[in-house]
Amino acid sequence: MRQQVSRLTILFAILIGALVAARILLVPETFGELGHFRATAIGETAALPIRYAGRAACAECHADIEENRAGGRHASLSCEACHGPGASHAEDPLATQPEKPVGRDLCTLCHGYNPSRPTGFPQIDPAVHNPLQPCTACHEAHAPEPPVTPESCSGCHGQIARTKAVSHHALLACTTCHSVEEEHKLNPSASRPTKPADRAFCGKCHAPDAQPPPEVIQEVPRVDLSSHGGHYVCWQCHYPHFPELR
Amino acid sequence: MKRREPGASSESQRTQATESVGRREFLSRSLPAGWVLLAALTGCGEQTGGEGEETAGAPEEATGGGAETAVPEASAAAENPLAGYDPSQHNYAMAIDVDRCIGCGRCVEACKTENDVPREPFYFRTWIERYVVQRNGHTVVTSPNGGISGFPPVEEAEILRTFFVPKLCNHCSNPPCVQVCPVGATFKTEDGVVLVDHDYCIGCRYCIQACPYGARFLHPVTRTAEKCTFCYHRLVRGLVPACVEMCPTQARIFGDLDALSSPLARFQRMHKIQTLKAHLNTEPKVLYANLDGEVS
Amino acid sequence: MESHIQSLMEVLQQTKGYIYPNEVELHWGLLVVVYPYVTGLVAGAFILASLERVFNVREVQPTYRLSLLTALAFLLVAPLPLLAHLGHPERSFEIFLTPNLNSAMAMFGFVYAWYLAVVLLLEIWFDYRKDAVVWSQKETGFRRFVHRVFTLGANDLSEDAVAFDRSAGKFITFIGIPSAFLLHGYVGFIFGSVKANPWWSSVLIPVVFLFSAMVSGIALILILYMLTSLFRRVEIDMRCADKLASFLFYALIIDFSLEMLDFIHRLYEAEESIEILSQMISSRLFISLVVLQILLGTVAPLVLLGIFSPAFHTRAFVHAPAELRRLLYFCAAILIEVGIFSTRWNVVIGGQIFSKSLRGLTVYKVELLGLEGLVTSAFLLILPFLILYALVKYLPPWPEAEVHLPSKSES
Repeated sequence: MRQQVSRLTILFAILIGALVAARILLVPETFGELGHFRATAIGETAALPIRYAGRAACAECHADIEENRAGGRHASLSCEACHGPGASHAEDPLATQPEKPVGRDLCTLCHGYNPSRPTGFPQIDPAVHNPLQPCTACHEAHAPEPPVTPESCSGCHGQIARTKAVSHHALLACTTCHSVEEEHKLNPSASRPTKPADRAFCGKCHAPDAQPPPEVIQEVPRVDLSSHGGHYVCWQCHYPHFPELR
Repeated sequence: MKRREPGASSESQRTQATESVGRREFLSRSLPAGWVLLAALTGCGEQTGGEGEETAGAPEEATGGGAETAVPEASAAAENPLAGYDPSQHNYAMAIDVDRCIGCGRCVEACKTENDVPREPFYFRTWIERYVVQRNGHTVVTSPNGGISGFPPVEEAEILRTFFVPKLCNHCSNPPCVQVCPVGATFKTEDGVVLVDHDYCIGCRYCIQACPYGARFLHPVTRTAEKCTFCYHRLVRGLVPACVEMCPTQARIFGDLDALSSPLARFQRMHKIQTLKAHLNTEPKVLYANLDGEVS
Repeated sequence: MESHIQSLMEVLQQTKGYIYPNEVELHWGLLVVVYPYVTGLVAGAFILASLERVFNVREVQPTYRLSLLTALAFLLVAPLPLLAHLGHPERSFEIFLTPNLNSAMAMFGFVYAWYLAVVLLLEIWFDYRKDAVVWSQKETGFRRFVHRVFTLGANDLSEDAVAFDRSAGKFITFIGIPSAFLLHGYVGFIFGSVKANPWWSSVLIPVVFLFSAMVSGIALILILYMLTSLFRRVEIDMRCADKLASFLFYALIIDFSLEMLDFIHRLYEAEESIEILSQMISSRLFISLVVLQILLGTVAPLVLLGIFSPAFHTRAFVHAPAELRRLLYFCAAILIEVGIFSTRWNVVIGGQIFSKSLRGLTVYKVELLGLEGLVTSAFLLILPFLILYALVKYLPPWPEAEVHLPSKSES
């Protein structure tokens, strides 16, 4: 063999030998068993410590609280959502105790008014709703049904109420257009409010010959229902909670 | 479900490597090069043998092997966490009903606590975004510290619609992050969870670049890539992920895609499902209902 | 750690619009800008060398060996920014052990090793072997030792052996051209294949990378040729300089056309990302893209070279005396180097400055010190020149230093 070739062959043989040896020695044992990864890694991830015990674990010892909550508004909440991580307490109940939240901060995190929350979610304005008092003064945290049935709809339908409050329909009660059973305030999904079904309903105030209720003091715009708006119903164009919007 | 194994292409490459072409005096130059390729490929050929062998017993061996790395005390101590757990029975997915999210941030808090995620506002395994679609056509999106302490109120006059959207790793069936990892430190398990091997990751951050959803970050202490694991350490014990456990309105639902009767199955039946960035074909397994078109 | 958190807090204050919370930390910084710049210089310098050896462009012969040594110097430095950037550089060998064949980045180890060992080192070995043999016979001490080791004991100086060296070198250059394309093209593919990122995801990126690599490589050799001739007080072969300038011009035209094609295509299709990308270009990337990359880095050199070099016409549009031409070529080459560095910056940093939500922009804070700092990157860019100095000392690339063996017919 030519001199250059033989020298180079030796050199490359050494280099490749080193690479092959490295491959054999250094690739982790379980690599490739389940896929292109180290199979042990799955076990390592699975062995990480648990911080939240989960509802079932709390119910094992605190069945009475669980019973108290059942059927109430907070029935679907996890205990640890308010009381913090409880796995160490479930392991050794006397060693650590979960916290009991005090004050208003935790409750208003969910229930403080925010327009981005879905409509129908119960919310209060912390500034005006019993200011400075802890929420637990009137609401039992595990079964937080309000002490009195809410009078107005704005408690759960805050965004609609606030939108309407600055509109031409401000002085109309919600019940003017929506008939609501008392059941809806106690168990919202069991009984739904009604919605107007046809143009004639709006005509009760807005038809040329209509008699608006006495609380309406402004001039009510009148339209000829037979020609105005073609075949559409009124709320397909006019937002009833803020009808000025065009 | 389609299972994509990275080693599937090595068959054709093996045949390519053995073709050494050229004149005799150049054979010794191409052979070493061929050996380099062969050495690389025979090592990678390990995994093609492993493809068909995903039996119920396989995970039990997982903590036994791997002399390379330190096994955490928890598993070395009492029990093997994977004992009795059969990954072939599961294909995990999460469903999120956007109309139920109240933006309280309990999920973000729970995730950081459960998984020891650094508390600074740059590291999130899950987070909440608020969308405010204004009447003038502009949409404002915010996520103050990931939403961990809720959201401030917003000026209402101009709002057309506003809502919260929880985000997290989508544990894609066709994960671009797994595709680009140069060393095989991130992978998809048999039960559909995408995990990171923190003892193998070299911290190149290619996976972070490749994730279309911004779900990954570099852990400042371990200097490896990190992301949501669907709380895998809870799943193998029959628990649900911490964020699902904490959600007060059940906006997050967790379960098996293959289970016929489960909250997840009902969710898929009753809602029109959308996924994020579907056009990228990552096949995400976080299914959204009532997802607005403005969500990006 | 503390200062790192501190700087991230500052970044958080300066974001515009909405970015995903995990995007505050920009991951591929200055070091990842330096890496494609350096491999680009390697590929470009090698392509220039191949022009002489494979395409028989005789005029650039004086730069042949210099190009090879430059390529080697930069190639040796190339892995350093990557290693510095990794979260766990001590595990970097895993890329050799368990490469994920689906990942473009996994190619790095093998492409690099192939290019270094099989292409560049072999090429240099075959080209310098006979010189090293002759030098080691006449020298003493350390130099002799270095040259003896270099020869690997292959001391055959017969005409046959030397002819073999030459044809082997030619063959290696021949396979070296696609290898050089691969060395730098795969870096382009690393970016171009990321579908999550609309700034990167493009079919053109590997090609643009390649041509900007060629441009930067040729410009570097032009600069080095002029500087080394200046330091050695040797006259510059103007035919060589003119040829280099002409090739620089051709490569730059193609590079510019490709970049303009990408730009026009983006504007025309106006996909969803166009709004945030336009915002990014007009705010965060204005100086580095419009001023440094396009105007100063491409248009100005194109004008200078187009007018004063014989690229179009054997006599050039405007005939300038040699001293002026040298100065203009030098300026054009410097501008090009700055421009190509800006190109790498705009690709790497630009791809991370806008959010994948397409709704916001962040900032990149360049640090002064630390592994990701300016000082480290400046050092990494200077280091190849130091290595080149050492290489040139032991393997002088000057035409007059080359050993010419007497042919058989003479003895």
